[in-house]
Amino acid sequence: MKLSLGPIQYFWTRDQVFDFYERVASAPVDIVYLGETVCSKRRALRLPDWLDIAARLSAAGKEAVLSTLTLIEAESEVSYMRTIIENGRYPVEANDMAAVNMLEGVAPFIVGPHVNVYNAGALDLMARAGARRWVMPLELDRETLAALQAGRTAGLETEVFVFGRLPLSFSARCFTARAHNLPKDDCGFRCADYPEGMPLQTREGQSFLRLNGIQVQSGETCNLVNEVGELRALGVEVLRLSPQPQGMFEIIDAFRGVMDGHLEPSMAAVLLAPYQTAGFCDGYWYSAPGMQRVHA
Amino acid sequence: MELVCPAGSMPALKAAVDNGADAVYLGFRDGTNARNFPGLNFDVEEAHRAVSYAHQRGARVFLAVNTFPRPSQWHKWCRAVDQAATLGIDALILADPGLMDYTARTYPELRLHLSVQGSATSHEAIDFYVRHFGVRRVVLPRVLSLTQVQNVMKRVNAEVEVFGFGSLCVMVEGRCTLSSYVTGESPNSSGVCSPAKHVKWEESASGRRSRLNGVLIDVYAPEEPAGYPTLCKGRFEVGGNVYYAMEEPTSLNVLDILPQLYRAGVAAIKVEGRQRSPAYVAQVTRTLREAIDACAAAPEAFAPEPRWIEQLDKVAEGRTHTLGAYSRPWQ
Repeated sequence: MKLSLGPIQYFWTRDQVFDFYERVASAPVDIVYLGETVCSKRRALRLPDWLDIAARLSAAGKEAVLSTLTLIEAESEVSYMRTIIENGRYPVEANDMAAVNMLEGVAPFIVGPHVNVYNAGALDLMARAGARRWVMPLELDRETLAALQAGRTAGLETEVFVFGRLPLSFSARCFTARAHNLPKDDCGFRCADYPEGMPLQTREGQSFLRLNGIQVQSGETCNLVNEVGELRALGVEVLRLSPQPQGMFEIIDAFRGVMDGHLEPSMAAVLLAPYQTAGFCDGYWYSAPGMQRVHA
Repeated sequence: MELVCPAGSMPALKAAVDNGADAVYLGFRDGTNARNFPGLNFDVEEAHRAVSYAHQRGARVFLAVNTFPRPSQWHKWCRAVDQAATLGIDALILADPGLMDYTARTYPELRLHLSVQGSATSHEAIDFYVRHFGVRRVVLPRVLSLTQVQNVMKRVNAEVEVFGFGSLCVMVEGRCTLSSYVTGESPNSSGVCSPAKHVKWEESASGRRSRLNGVLIDVYAPEEPAGYPTLCKGRFEVGGNVYYAMEEPTSLNVLDILPQLYRAGVAAIKVEGRQRSPAYVAQVTRTLREAIDACAAAPEAFAPEPRWIEQLDKVAEGRTHTLGAYSRPWQ
């Protein structure tokens, strides 16, 4: 079983990004997804920068993967995606059917969590198009995964999102700019002020969601550390952690410890608690509302 | 430019057809379609009657099986496609690539439309569905600006249908799980957003409160009209301010850009609202029929008549309208 780091979903400064991956190079993760997946206006790093980071991580023995944008709106975004796909060296995670279309027959690829693969028919179609790994969509549950694992194409790997705030939706509208009464075209990159997104609370003070540019995330942190054994038994090859600014390397160590059998999941849950500022949720896994916490 | 109208029930279908819809769209009475509300939609027998009513009056019928079946539901969704194929409908509206694969192989003659739930926002995404399944028409998600729609139109090998009127989905369709995060049910998985069975109203001294599975979505002052507690149109606190953090309750209305859509070659204008009343369908269909005909007759001279706007605002959410993402400032 391998451990992966998903793409950074927030807008961190260039230095923060480089420093983060400098540390990742020596951290016990196997796969690292790189690139901007939320907003095409965030260009603190250009493709050559991402390729430099990919080279550094490859040299450190990691599998580096270039992730594509989730919501494509402009032709310029399609063109940028094409340059990512034609990089010639690193595999690509397709986060939209446009990327799948461009990768089909060109190179083996990874189907990201925002391409809707809900059944064996869709999964088989992706495998025929050249997918070698797929990430289970976030709202799916363990029964669905078990059924898909039972019939998946030989050689196709499965990855599951196991820790981080859940990206729940994407919009044309930038909610961070809206919060500041700024037009999206002149947003001033205010999302750089919120390296973990802007907290959105109900009028009763319940920490409910996070606004991250055009994306809305869960307020609670999804945490499936208690389910690592079950995921292994289901034949899942890769567990994904979503980067956050606080405690990322402690989080990596906790999951690694559980995966390698050095740490009890209950102990890991205690170690992870400080890094879930609004508590944790695991509802989707248990066919419950995603925000719920089912595992005691 | 066709006018495609919602039919959540037989009376709504008749209202659409009788008031000038070129086509109507409907779904079966279960989670196979993305408007799975109690008391709405059609069983197979009713769908037969709907098709014959529409066809006798020269209107076409599209049937939506546009949710994403999980493995345990697969056979039920395939059966919905099988049943749809016997109805003599003019097109099947699908979103799930697996189901589309099944349909294209089993019923190669059936005309396929890609649902807005298919989330295809670029010519490359559309090309995937055209190449694999021979999709003839795509419904664009409500996230593109007018310029972006025009750019997509230049590069696609399929008809394009766009939303013209109705409640505004703020998120890119097919990629929003806010509803299942709170209730366990979402448009993708159950065909519902913010399902009614999870809605609770509370009266208190400070006003009326609406909750969705316990989460406070909004508080209304006394006398303030209360909207349906859709998650993305609730009032929340961000950075110390309480406001509609995602979007106000408002309806999309494209009358102001109808000539541009017409000149771009848009094949059809779609009206949202299978959950709305026959009176809504009649009003909106009648008004848009007039507007589209005026636009087709003289696109250069077209200007929306004030009475059209007034009639549409009467049935709009929050009695107000927006161009939504078509207009850059909205974004």
